[in-house]
Amino acid sequence: MKKFLPLIILAILCILPLIGLSSYVMHIFILVLMWSVIGMGWNILGGYTGQVSFGHAAFFGMGAYTSGLLYQHLGISAWWGLPVCVVILTVLSLIIGYICLRLRGAYFALATLALGEVCRVAAENLVGFTQGNMGIMLRERTWVDKTWYFYVILIIAAGAFFLIKQVMESKLGYYFVAIREDQDAAESLGINTTFYKTISLCLSGVLTGIAGAFYMNYMGYIDPSMVFALSEVSIATVMVVMVGGAATYWGPLVGAVIMVFLAEVIRSLPHIGAAHQTIFGIILIFIIMFLPNGIVGDYRKLLKPFKSRKGASS
Amino acid sequence: MSLIEVKNVSKQFGGLAALTDVSFVLNKGEILGLIGPNGAGKTTMFNVINGFYPPTKGDVLLKGEKVSNLKPHVLCKLGVARTFQVVKPLQRMSTLDNVIASAFIRTKGKAEAQEVALEVLKFTNLYDDRNVISKSLPLGKRKRLEIARALATKPEIILLDESFAGLNPTEINEQVEIVNRIRTERGITILIIEHHMRVIMSISDRIVVLSYGQKIAEGTPLEIGRNPVVIEAYLGEAHNA
Repeated sequence: MKKFLPLIILAILCILPLIGLSSYVMHIFILVLMWSVIGMGWNILGGYTGQVSFGHAAFFGMGAYTSGLLYQHLGISAWWGLPVCVVILTVLSLIIGYICLRLRGAYFALATLALGEVCRVAAENLVGFTQGNMGIMLRERTWVDKTWYFYVILIIAAGAFFLIKQVMESKLGYYFVAIREDQDAAESLGINTTFYKTISLCLSGVLTGIAGAFYMNYMGYIDPSMVFALSEVSIATVMVVMVGGAATYWGPLVGAVIMVFLAEVIRSLPHIGAAHQTIFGIILIFIIMFLPNGIVGDYRKLLKPFKSRKGASS
Repeated sequence: MSLIEVKNVSKQFGGLAALTDVSFVLNKGEILGLIGPNGAGKTTMFNVINGFYPPTKGDVLLKGEKVSNLKPHVLCKLGVARTFQVVKPLQRMSTLDNVIASAFIRTKGKAEAQEVALEVLKFTNLYDDRNVISKSLPLGKRKRLEIARALATKPEIILLDESFAGLNPTEINEQVEIVNRIRTERGITILIIEHHMRVIMSISDRIVVLSYGQKIAEGTPLEIGRNPVVIEAYLGEAHNA
């Protein structure tokens, strides 16, 4: 049963558009899948390899801008951004890895934080190339209907999920976790820690970038403060994984579901105006306090009250 | 035949000379003990041999090749494995996964790595604990897990840093037996740091004594036990009644 769970969920998601959901609900599902891809990307580096990044907006934005700039300057379809950003982000990750991965722990986190901001400021000021704060707009979207966007991101998300599963059960996965648990021990066990951290960063960056390229195609408009945003992208990515459960297969998906739904529900509450962000923050604090390993990591804890009650009655 | 040759190695941390002009040779097939009072530079010596620190002066030779500036993971591939004094298990992994992670270095697929790992776990009597998360193992077993991980990399030389410290007498006997079997059954050369005198005297072929970063004596356990310089370093000058 457990073995087939991913396939069952995939099958359910496949038939979802066929039951005639409203365009708004489809939009929510697309966002959930997109965030779960970003979360899975972050999870490789932050969850499994233990290198916490606060700058994944850099990868997300770079993916989005790859797509946008191809359209803007070369006049080709923005969908070319999906394959092209794989190359661009691999190169970018190698450069970033060379600079940042010699740092450990909090210093790495701070370096990535700066990286995201550097990208945003660069995109704002290179007006001739990126159009600065005016952003990039696709003059026409590929599809009016959301169904096909849903299938595209579903394929990406499913691909990412099975890729990560493959990676984590191989030598690479063992090495990533070994590096997270103890870098010195890993090094003396013959693991080239810098090399494997760089691989982890590349995988993570490419997945996040693909989500960014999809975002460009789906939304049809990007500007630097949207895709390179610190709180709305970088921090939100960390939250998605933390709430769902770091270093778990299902964590990013569960986290994305909760974050997107929570944000939508709270935003639509009447009479609270901008206070919705405060409420959102408070709820997140509680989740992190009581479920430090995330919902997937601590699900036994969540089930406990129900189980003991059952035990008492029988 | 000398496997490792330490040649006039000095290591300075700022103004502190942790090692000064130390030389010794580790011969194939022997168990060489490295002893000395606290702060003598024993673990620093390991870190230099193992590649964590480059020596300030001097060289470390492995089978005649200079390896002083290579990183630990390269040395591990060349056949030098080590354990840590303060145990460093990969905490949230099971005992088996810990050993599998280190077995990957000389195996191709996971199945092969697992095979090597299980064999090593049997060798170190950790087989029954293979599914325990390693941070919940008792200290004695964690020390043995360090050895198991080192063995899984199929080394030629193994550096054991205080693998007996903090163990009770039963565990010590078990550990001594394992160390002896590492040499007799696997033909691995061993360099061992140990404070436990009874163990080091019985287990070593030769002993090198460090004090304040300098080599003060070298010889068989019998010679070292009688050496007045060593006794002075350990017990102080007044001990000549």
